[in-house]
Amino acid sequence: MTSDPGPRPPSAAQVKTERLLNLVLVLLYARRPLPKAQIRGLVPQYGQSASTEAFERMFERDKDELRELGIPLVTEDIDAAWDDEPGYRIHQREYALPDIHFEPDELAVLGLASRTWAQASLAGPAAEALRKLRAAGVERDGDALIGIEPRLRTTEPAFDAVKDAVVRRVPVTFPYRRPEDTEATERRVQPWSLVSWRGRWYLNAWDEDRGAPRVFRLSRVAGPVRAAGRPGSFEVPEDHEPRMMVERADPPAAQPSPAVLRVRAGAGHALRRRARTVGEVDDDWSLLDVDYHDLDSFAEELAGYGADVVAEQPAELVDRVVERLRGTLAAHGGGEA
Amino acid sequence: MAPAPAETATARLARLLTMVPWLVNRQGIDLQRAADDLGVTVDQLEADLRLLFLCGYGQMPDELIEADWEGGRVFVGNADTIARPLRLGVDEAVTLIVGLRALREVPGLGERDAVDRALAKLEAAAGAAGAPADRVRAQMADGASPEMLADARRAIADHRRVHLRYLVPARDEATDRDVDPMRVVGIDGRWYLEGWCHRAEDTRLFRMDRVEELTVLDTDGTPPPQARERDLSEGTFRPAPDDVVVTLRLLPGAAWVADYYPVDSVEPVPADDGGGLVVRLRTPDTAWLRRLVRRLGGRGRVLEPADVVAAVRDDALAALAAYTAEGA
Repeated sequence: MTSDPGPRPPSAAQVKTERLLNLVLVLLYARRPLPKAQIRGLVPQYGQSASTEAFERMFERDKDELRELGIPLVTEDIDAAWDDEPGYRIHQREYALPDIHFEPDELAVLGLASRTWAQASLAGPAAEALRKLRAAGVERDGDALIGIEPRLRTTEPAFDAVKDAVVRRVPVTFPYRRPEDTEATERRVQPWSLVSWRGRWYLNAWDEDRGAPRVFRLSRVAGPVRAAGRPGSFEVPEDHEPRMMVERADPPAAQPSPAVLRVRAGAGHALRRRARTVGEVDDDWSLLDVDYHDLDSFAEELAGYGADVVAEQPAELVDRVVERLRGTLAAHGGGEA
Repeated sequence: MAPAPAETATARLARLLTMVPWLVNRQGIDLQRAADDLGVTVDQLEADLRLLFLCGYGQMPDELIEADWEGGRVFVGNADTIARPLRLGVDEAVTLIVGLRALREVPGLGERDAVDRALAKLEAAAGAAGAPADRVRAQMADGASPEMLADARRAIADHRRVHLRYLVPARDEATDRDVDPMRVVGIDGRWYLEGWCHRAEDTRLFRMDRVEELTVLDTDGTPPPQARERDLSEGTFRPAPDDVVVTLRLLPGAAWVADYYPVDSVEPVPADDGGGLVVRLRTPDTAWLRRLVRRLGGRGRVLEPADVVAAVRDDALAALAAYTAEGA
């Protein structure tokens, strides 16, 4: 719905904002719970409702919407004389942000923490939170943190739905595609935690079909995330360590093994940087002693250098590099070398 | 001006409930400045003030909120009931707490003490809304030495030029560059130094884990006026019109490439045809791509363009020559 700006007849959205704001003001101002009839009299937009039924329906919806916003609107007994007629109010001490004072350097790091989300789907709440914390204070920030801009991005389409499920502890289902699978499979999980690690978001969860904890990469969630239970309907294990669980899903590095490589002059910079020793063979070649952890991934890296790096030892490393180069050749129309 | 997507009534209410205490504590603030700080247009702020003016805990004149912005200065009164902001919501508390906790781990951040103090106060103020923050963890970025990050920040603060010894593994190249540093950015898990590179005569992003040496020079390092920070909201990859478009067939086992590098399109290949994916990606530099394909060892096949196919074949032959010569 759109409306013209300016002092023309107010739009429906504007009337509703006025009604909700009046309701908040009336209920915060009240010293005791107010019955519905009295609220109807104090909020002019309710007075315009055609019938009591229309008013009551509207009031029920408004109460729900205020609670959705986090406004602690409570239902209380008015007093014995009013029998079972309930009253409504908002307690100031439940409503208001506690009085906190931040030092300038604390406001500066809070600003940095808020801007961290500037390019994420949570940019709005992060900015609003900072505005609330700054509302009371008139001090300026301390020296803004110069030159450093940490940023979290949330490019994964599933991020918001998964975040809500984690925060509210709602069991969910979603289609998930591992890189080696052509088809996505539906997974049923209890979402435990959400972790950003090495630039990617991961979900730690209890996989209900496999009966075991699993780590899911959010970018591989291949479709809608659907609620499959009520908020708070499971407990996250006390000893769950979000970051540890994601890191453990990455296989640990094996013991280092030594390799000998022949590297062309002016090439293999990253290898030279890691080498234990670098000896010059002649003007064209150096001989490097380099440690590696995983045979396959090291062979892969060396194959990447092509003719600039020749694996000399161990023999199994030589075999794996040659195997990769032959595979590449065969895939691109070359014969058996 | 095109209208922004319509704000819902509840979203506007939430905004007003934060705006009122903010203005109450800044009586007489300049209208334009208030709009800027509140992240709205002046028109929007005036519309908000007009709305406030109509609201109150009753409808008698002395029960209504007072709002006055004559002469471009904003005064808000008779708003005691909402003079304090609403408590933080869950998303609000979680973003700031998770952000602060992540800042604690930023290497070489001298403000750690301030972070800890802010965190303690924030957690206390957020109460139950902050509890789910324990289930959301973020690591900003890693792979940079704390000393180098601190040196880079110091150079930016002091407007000093830096000398970099920089590795580009994708091209297997090490270069020396003088750079006027602009900012240190942590994004997608890595730290970058952005600055005006005198070698490229353009702004460049340097991955900090590939900087072999960083020396702060005794030279003014104010970037030239044409230096512009790059918009990183879409990540660090920047396609260019003259990039080569490469079509790559990825067999099962190499499908991670589609996850790892920015690709224009991904099409699954039916299992009957061997499975895997066909992806299209753009690169200014086919040397990088040829290196990737050699690494894949046959699990990745360039379908197009033909000259890249031929180059991959020739590279592989040349590399194998070293081994066959020895084995013979």
